[in-house]
Amino acid sequence: MKRGISILAVVTALLLSFALYEALIGAPTERTMGDVQRIFYYHVPSAWTAFLLFLINFIASIVYLIRRNPKTDILALVSAEVGVVFCTVVIVTGPIWARPVWGIWWAAGDIRLTTTLVLWLIYISYLVLRRFSTSGQTPVIAAVLAIFGALDVPLVYFSIWFFRTQHPSPVIGGGGSLDPRMAHVLLINWAAFLCLAWLVSWTRYRLEVVKREVEEAQALESLLEGSR
Amino acid sequence: MSFFAITRATLEKDIRLEWRSKDAVNAMLFFALLVVVIFSFAFDPTAEESRRIAGGLIWVAFLFAAVVALNQTWARELRNQVLDAYRVSPAPANPLFLAKALGNFIFVAILEALMTPLFIVFFKLRALGETWDLLPIALLGTWALVVNGTFFAAMSLRTRSREIMLPLLLFPISVPALLGMVNATSAVLSGEYSPRVWIALLLAYDVVFTIACLYLFETVLEAE
Repeated sequence: MKRGISILAVVTALLLSFALYEALIGAPTERTMGDVQRIFYYHVPSAWTAFLLFLINFIASIVYLIRRNPKTDILALVSAEVGVVFCTVVIVTGPIWARPVWGIWWAAGDIRLTTTLVLWLIYISYLVLRRFSTSGQTPVIAAVLAIFGALDVPLVYFSIWFFRTQHPSPVIGGGGSLDPRMAHVLLINWAAFLCLAWLVSWTRYRLEVVKREVEEAQALESLLEGSR
Repeated sequence: MSFFAITRATLEKDIRLEWRSKDAVNAMLFFALLVVVIFSFAFDPTAEESRRIAGGLIWVAFLFAAVVALNQTWARELRNQVLDAYRVSPAPANPLFLAKALGNFIFVAILEALMTPLFIVFFKLRALGETWDLLPIALLGTWALVVNGTFFAAMSLRTRSREIMLPLLLFPISVPALLGMVNATSAVLSGEYSPRVWIALLLAYDVVFTIACLYLFETVLEAE
């Protein structure tokens, strides 16, 4: 197990450095946006990784409600935490890119950015609930909230879609084709980010398992102390 | 007892309790009144500006005020272990949820009926669109707030600082509903565009989350 993590860490480090080189130097400069477009190689892979983690959280929550296996609960917790981190990267890099390109930091009418923000808020509230919950039933309640959050996503998407029809927002080149060289760099970056997410989640998962074991042992110990 | 008998019994009990104490309604009313007055000082809009911003102000005021009532929903049942008694009784969970949600719906609807005239006075409102469209918007919007609010209030029962927890859970999920209410109301007030898509969105939101709440409430009630 430990060996696996070390190997993954090395692979991740190598991939990340290669991806960094490719994103900053290897990839061609975009004609109209210039170098600022390179943030795209961090923005988009982070978004994909975050959405994947939230999907894992959703599936793990459903499985937890059916099977009640603590391992799936830990998986749900870890994927939400790491997903929020990647989602934060998306929300921070989005405006940094938007400012020089659109001329504004934030466009409330942009579907992708705003949906991501609401998703981020929902998952923050999920983590707050987990932190504040005092009963032993936290996993159940958190799983239920995760399902509500997932149900909300299409509604958020369409509400912002309607919102956009009334509030004009910058035109974003939705169409247009991506230079194959850029697509290549994008995929390398995504692979690197996926490895990083996997590494962090794995480590966090092991930490949470150990933490729960320790808590159980302490509870047992204090029970034995009390009965003596 | 049948599903509807339990729903009615719980609902009647809640309304009777509220009628005698008037805790939730009074607190909500005063809170909403304060919000209206503060907003009117803060913005002091002309009739034209009001039409643009009033939709947002009204629903934000109602949302904040509704949280006051929603927080009371289950607190009452914790005293004397009423909720535990309900849990061990053979009665199914859903009628209890439905009764609580309907009770909250009635309280918030009363609040809205009383506060809307005040809004009209303070913000010099006159709708330029179809005024009657406001009725389905109000009904669907209120249900959207209370159905999830009642559910999340039950979820936050066993958390620390329960009263803070509810808005933290409710507001992010309610973003699409809020966008729907606000934009539909603004559409009616300004008469510039049709509120139809927003009403459809509210309807979809209500259907999705009513089903989800009824499906998952038993899990939450047993878990808590």
